[in-house]
Amino acid sequence: MSEQELSGLDPYDADRPLLMRCACGRQHAAAGDAGADCAPTTPEQAVNRYVEAALVKALFPREEVRRQFLRAVGRRTAMAAIASVLPLGSLQAMAQERGRPEKKDLKVGFVSITCATPLLMAEPLGFYRDQGINVQLVKTPGWAAIRDRIITKEHDASHFLSPMPLAMTLGLGSDKVATSVATIQNINGQAITLHVKHKSRREPKSWKGFKFGVPFPFSMHNFLLRYYLADYGLHPDTDVEIITVPPPEMVARLKAGEIDGFLGPDPYNQRAVYDEVGFIHVLSKDIWDGHPCCAFGMSSEFIRQHPNSFAALFRAIIGSSFIASVSTDRMRMAKLIAPAAYLNQPEEVVAQVLTGEFPDGLGNVRRVPDRAIFDPVPWQSMAVWILTQMKRWGYIKGEVDYSHIAEQVFMLTDAKKQMGMAGWRPPEGAYRRARIMGKVFDPQRPEEYVKSFPIHKVMA
Amino acid sequence: MKAQRRALAWRAAGLSLLLLLALLALWHWATLPAAGAAAAMTAEQREYAELLGQSSEGPARNSGFPTPAELGRSALQHLSDPWRDNGPNDKGLGIQLGHSLLRVALGFGAAVLLAVPLGFLVGMSPLALRALDPYIQVLKPISPLAWMPLALYTIRDSSASGVFVIFICSVWPLLINTSFGVASVRREWLDVARTLEVPRGRLALQVILPAAAPTILTGMRISMGIAWLVIVAAEMLVGGTGIGYFVWNEWNNLSLANVMVAILLIGVVGMVLDRLFAALQRKVSYAD
Repeated sequence: MSEQELSGLDPYDADRPLLMRCACGRQHAAAGDAGADCAPTTPEQAVNRYVEAALVKALFPREEVRRQFLRAVGRRTAMAAIASVLPLGSLQAMAQERGRPEKKDLKVGFVSITCATPLLMAEPLGFYRDQGINVQLVKTPGWAAIRDRIITKEHDASHFLSPMPLAMTLGLGSDKVATSVATIQNINGQAITLHVKHKSRREPKSWKGFKFGVPFPFSMHNFLLRYYLADYGLHPDTDVEIITVPPPEMVARLKAGEIDGFLGPDPYNQRAVYDEVGFIHVLSKDIWDGHPCCAFGMSSEFIRQHPNSFAALFRAIIGSSFIASVSTDRMRMAKLIAPAAYLNQPEEVVAQVLTGEFPDGLGNVRRVPDRAIFDPVPWQSMAVWILTQMKRWGYIKGEVDYSHIAEQVFMLTDAKKQMGMAGWRPPEGAYRRARIMGKVFDPQRPEEYVKSFPIHKVMA
Repeated sequence: MKAQRRALAWRAAGLSLLLLLALLALWHWATLPAAGAAAAMTAEQREYAELLGQSSEGPARNSGFPTPAELGRSALQHLSDPWRDNGPNDKGLGIQLGHSLLRVALGFGAAVLLAVPLGFLVGMSPLALRALDPYIQVLKPISPLAWMPLALYTIRDSSASGVFVIFICSVWPLLINTSFGVASVRREWLDVARTLEVPRGRLALQVILPAAAPTILTGMRISMGIAWLVIVAAEMLVGGTGIGYFVWNEWNNLSLANVMVAILLIGVVGMVLDRLFAALQRKVSYAD
């Protein structure tokens, strides 16, 4: 069967409306009919096409949004992206008539940083409403509160730092609560910012005795900063001091001289430049290009009890992530999320972060279009890397079953299982190698990776 | 005598005004933005400055402490639109104050309902007073915010936890003052009542309550003062709504002008509440 024949039902065709009926022109009630009338090669193929079409329709209820998205990323990328993020049970939920959400009024927590863009943007864009749910976005003062309100069930779903669901599932620093990462919110998008008085001390070796702020112990910020320092021969536990500073306090405490720098989320790096308090030393992209930052997730119990509400939330966030990832109009995105209800930051600062065209605090205008990217795929290799760093710095002790935990928390595996059952070809792998400051990370050999670092806490 | 007092009041008011003006002048002078040298910049430098929000035309952006004018502007802006409601994270000052006052009213009300009757019982029985005293002494000095983690963990709702914290900080001054007021009602009055064989209920309501009312009101005034202090801190901690959340949200934006508007408003509301209880106190006081 050629592509042409199926175009009426082809969800990946940007040039035709998605009619949910097949090329023969007649409206069919069910996938079975479509299979019979359109003479597909196998009934399975027809069913799968139908499921796919229903899926895309569910992800993008608005026709113009779907077509705009497909035109921007192309057919193949769109198929791979959508296929790679389908979580547990949601395939059926999506393929069915959209299931009635078990719980319509949902509270979703967030911390006011640009990483939350997809989560936030979904509201003004009307994506939550499109999915039939009322989402109340609750601005939360810090990451400990984010964690606690998922544990106490005050929030149904939440913005997380991507290591947090792993830590919560393992019971590190809190009660043990199985928590899942449905999507990564963004990749890159952080930086090491230093106080202006250190402008001449760009060599990390000279940072002995510095005091750094990170937003939370279980954060990419903490792990990337430790990685970076150790790569320059500084032991993050003994040569410098790393303390927890809530993002909104970072600039003020830098100004007061309480900390010498921070590896923090945006817009606070840019805000430090804007207020002429600090300068951007390196972007986190320069440490690991493509590292995860924040995540969107919920307790596994919530998913079990409210599969339809979960699916609706998931569709809204995925849709918003896609828009964020393909949008060429980052100024408009900044306008959407800068107001007091969301980030409460000057619009130009948010725009500088999102467009990647920014003053660095040293007198240069830098143009880094991929300073912050939105890519929702929860690669399990990311989880493995996070676990290796938890092991490396003594947050977890003893044997670690890396892939088991990664697969339990990062919801890619369930998605692949579901896709396999539906006769789909799962996306290429769940584990991707990465290059971090020139060193190759092989997610298949996590224990070797941990032991390969000269500076760590395991033996210290 | 009267004219003298009025003259004093005028002079005091004048001095207050003078102090205010001096303070404003000093503040204005200290926060004057430095004059920018925009003339001799290269194109790159100009672009850089513009990205930092320092356009060559127009006034320089002040990145530090707000000037009195900025404070005035933001006060005017907030006070002109107190009922703004742009979703759960962006509400006008009036709505935020309403949320805080409601929480204080709930917590304080619950504390009055519990502590006043309990204080009566304790005050009327010297045995109970002595038995309970050690507990009250231990619980009284605990900072209300120290209860917050415990409240969040057990109540599992941040707004209700805020109300609980108000309750717990209001209870002790109320309890102590009520029991003290009741215990120190003059013995002669109680003896007279006893010889007249007044029933216990009537004794409590018609003899002890009026006699102890000024002390009870003092307890309420102290409690309300603490409650208003605590609610702002509690809301900063849990977020959501309320004037404390407003302060935190503007701090998050590093907007000191807006924070100062809120601080002034908190001060004014606190004063009004205090005056309210002072007036009530005067109403129930009497000369011996």
